[in-house]
Amino acid sequence: MTEIISLTIDSIPVSVPSGFTILKAAETVGIQIPTICFHEACTSNALCRICVVEVEGARTLIPACVAQVSEGMIVQTHSDRVQRARRTILEMLSSTVDLTDSPEILAMMNDYHADPERFPESNPREFDLLDDNPMYVRDYSKCILCWRCVQVCAEDAQYTHAINFSQRGFDTRIDTFYHITLPETTCVFCGQCVAVCPTGALKPKRQWLLETGYSPIEIMSLTRSKRNGNKSRIQPERKLP
Amino acid sequence: MISPDSITTTTCPFCGVGCTLQLHIRDQFIYKVTSPFDSIVNHGNLCVKGRFGYDYVFNRERITTPMIRKTPQKPGSRVPAPTLEDWTSITWEEALELVADRLARIYQRDGSGAMAVYCCAKATNEDNYLMQKMYRTLFRSNNIDHCTRLCHAGSVVALQMAVGSSAMSNTASEVIHNDVFIVTGSNVTENHPIIALQMKAAIEKHGAKLIVVDPRRIELVNYATLWLPEKPGTDVAVFSAMAHVILQEKLYNQEFIDTRTENFASFAESMEKFTPEFAEIISGVDRELIIQAARMYATAKNAAIYWALGIPESVHGTDNALSLINLALLTGQIGRLGTGLNPLRGQNNVQGASDAGAMPWHYPGYQRVDQEEIARKYETCWNIEPGGLNREPGLTTTEIMSAVGEGGVRSLYIMGENPMMSEPNLNHTRHQMEQLEFIVAQDLFITESAAYADVFLPAVSFAEKDGTFTNTDRRVQRVRRAIDPIGQARPDWQIICDLALRIEKKLGITQSSGWNFQDPSEVLAEMGSLVPEYRGVKYDRIEKVGLQTPVPDESHPGTPYLFRDQFPRGRGKFHPLTYIPSAELPDEEYPMILTTGRVLEHWHGGSMTRRSWLSDLFPEARMELHPTDATRFGIHHDDPVRVTSRRGTIVLRASITEKTTPGVVFIPFHFAVAAANILTIDALDPLAKIPEYKVCAVNITKVTEDELPDPGSHQPRGRY
Repeated sequence: MTEIISLTIDSIPVSVPSGFTILKAAETVGIQIPTICFHEACTSNALCRICVVEVEGARTLIPACVAQVSEGMIVQTHSDRVQRARRTILEMLSSTVDLTDSPEILAMMNDYHADPERFPESNPREFDLLDDNPMYVRDYSKCILCWRCVQVCAEDAQYTHAINFSQRGFDTRIDTFYHITLPETTCVFCGQCVAVCPTGALKPKRQWLLETGYSPIEIMSLTRSKRNGNKSRIQPERKLP
Repeated sequence: MISPDSITTTTCPFCGVGCTLQLHIRDQFIYKVTSPFDSIVNHGNLCVKGRFGYDYVFNRERITTPMIRKTPQKPGSRVPAPTLEDWTSITWEEALELVADRLARIYQRDGSGAMAVYCCAKATNEDNYLMQKMYRTLFRSNNIDHCTRLCHAGSVVALQMAVGSSAMSNTASEVIHNDVFIVTGSNVTENHPIIALQMKAAIEKHGAKLIVVDPRRIELVNYATLWLPEKPGTDVAVFSAMAHVILQEKLYNQEFIDTRTENFASFAESMEKFTPEFAEIISGVDRELIIQAARMYATAKNAAIYWALGIPESVHGTDNALSLINLALLTGQIGRLGTGLNPLRGQNNVQGASDAGAMPWHYPGYQRVDQEEIARKYETCWNIEPGGLNREPGLTTTEIMSAVGEGGVRSLYIMGENPMMSEPNLNHTRHQMEQLEFIVAQDLFITESAAYADVFLPAVSFAEKDGTFTNTDRRVQRVRRAIDPIGQARPDWQIICDLALRIEKKLGITQSSGWNFQDPSEVLAEMGSLVPEYRGVKYDRIEKVGLQTPVPDESHPGTPYLFRDQFPRGRGKFHPLTYIPSAELPDEEYPMILTTGRVLEHWHGGSMTRRSWLSDLFPEARMELHPTDATRFGIHHDDPVRVTSRRGTIVLRASITEKTTPGVVFIPFHFAVAAANILTIDALDPLAKIPEYKVCAVNITKVTEDELPDPGSHQPRGRY
């Protein structure tokens, strides 16, 4: 039999089986903890830290998506310290990443009164859009490095290992090995990475074409070389909608 | 960022896994496909075909009005018309009247033997039920078949003989309950990609052990504990040698044999000759590997076998499948969670089309046409006079083609199939197609086969109609209309009902068999009244999650795995086996074995995927050749080669790869300009009538670039 753990979240007593994360335990009593990099179908890695909570007696804030419950734990999910941390995370994200395709993060910025202009001196992370195959495009200017795409390409779903991290620190990005085009990698174009991408950095090609102003008839009339994309990776001319 | 006008949940139209799709629609255009992460079959995972391959729906080659040929065609001088220039658009009224008139006349002149129909494993259960009903009731013909004959017929016949039911015994996702599983004659990674993911998870996360028995070094071999690289067509020897070892070492399940099976003694006797040494000589598989595989399978707590077309597509396809069934019966690895016999069905609805009676020997529900009380039941339901339905089992797919001619089959109705790509020995098939008097094609495109038709009836795609598909693990799932029919295209079930009423009028039938359906759910209800396994399947019960047949009544929850208490035929029957070589073996003139199959990015005859952006990822046919053979023949990677068999010749590029084994070349059969089936042999399994696609003898020679049919198309790929 699984052991039952009792704890308190936002002053509400909660009893859940051992092994539950704080995130999951909070859900059982209807407390929503915001998440960005967490996905039910992926292994959690506590990368974005938006789900941090305050646990009594802990020195640092604790990421709720990976931290497991323990007996007698007292958790604050929306204390001032937590709110400030989340707001700062959102402000740093918006100062470096193009969040225009991330309505959920934009809504969070609103909720936490995050100021998009808080870090005016920051360098945005800008990359050329990669259009090198007929199935999906990669716009890493929109990427927040949540790791989901890398994980579903590996043990979380496909065991394909076509993409991974490259570079270090601020220059970290998702890439293919040696920066080769996707068709030349082990990619099987299952599109699982597109399905779990939270920010529109990965997008089905026909959706992208529709958004850049092509009509369905124009899309279905593209030539093979246009469908295959730009192998030399020069940003294609965008049509205005 | 754009938002959808609507999101429609439906079932994938490609393989038998039956993944749930959500089609995102804007302005009647599907721009994105997602899958819910709680979907029961695929847990949100899709492959390239399901995720991106739906765009054939909008291909500009879609035919959207009924058409007839500009030049009337005559038997013997029929010519193909692949482009629109040879066709004239007409109204539905004109087209259906014409078809009804021509079919009725041929039937009245030559009788039921002149009529034949190819049903469609891509179409819904409802479409197939109605099509077989039309041919049985109006033309009194059982010449009704579909592509199951070309894929799993050997498995179906063997399973019927041995256990009495011919579907997968497990739910595909049960693979995580296997301790040991065998994959044979199946490249799961490319052909059932989502099941392959579950298999890999079973190995990597749940500790299952995999035994691959296959002449190709398929991708799953990377995850396997044992790989038995047999020569193509030697399955009976390998699996019977495993049975021999299990018998010798007394690893069998005596209790299971005593209580659940029959005919053990004569089977055991027939296994004596299959020593591992004998099997090694026949199959080329190291005897030690056979012994290890036998011990692993027999001593596992839960073991299951998964196979696809490498087993049935053979002149001894039924025997191949029986050799697997014997193993399961011998060890009792069946009838429990995580144990069983699992033919992985190819088409999205091949299970359903077979269940719906698109078969020459069976009414819906595998009820034999030559059994009097069953025929009477169908006569009562379909309003036919007693004794009216034909008791004579009909012709199979391949037999229909061979029977074309004076005194034989004169007319052919092709619903969605593409025999001019999928039949073996295509040069012979073409000759037979030319001899037909009247051909109707009901399809989306002028396929290689529809090009031979007199009349083209434009049907809708999966995204434009309602219905049900039954997937490989017997789950009946909803197909939903997401967009309006394109042009004048109509759902197949409506075309059939409209046509049947007209034919009834032409034939002067006053007692209608019932064609006034308002909705496909009514068709499934009629089928359920005749097929006990489908009695409890109702549209309102499968709105969210499909039910797994058998579903005997409306409160039954469905059946995740079969044979828990008994087999449908009572006891499971062992079958004694003898090794029979393939019909055509390599010799000096044709030194290589050709085996055919599919690739991840394409689907069967390619009529959908060659009209999709999928073909940009895999644009040309390629022959796989082992490096040792490449050296022997002086062929380099990407060289154009001519491949010749006793029946025909094609030119395509070579890929030098260890995916194939020495002495064996592999060619996918999707590509019209280098159609592998021009080479294949039309030798049949005597029981199942399935052709031997997996083994024939060929010769290969290096040729020049200018002999390639499509030299410009080339896409470097890095995937396995």
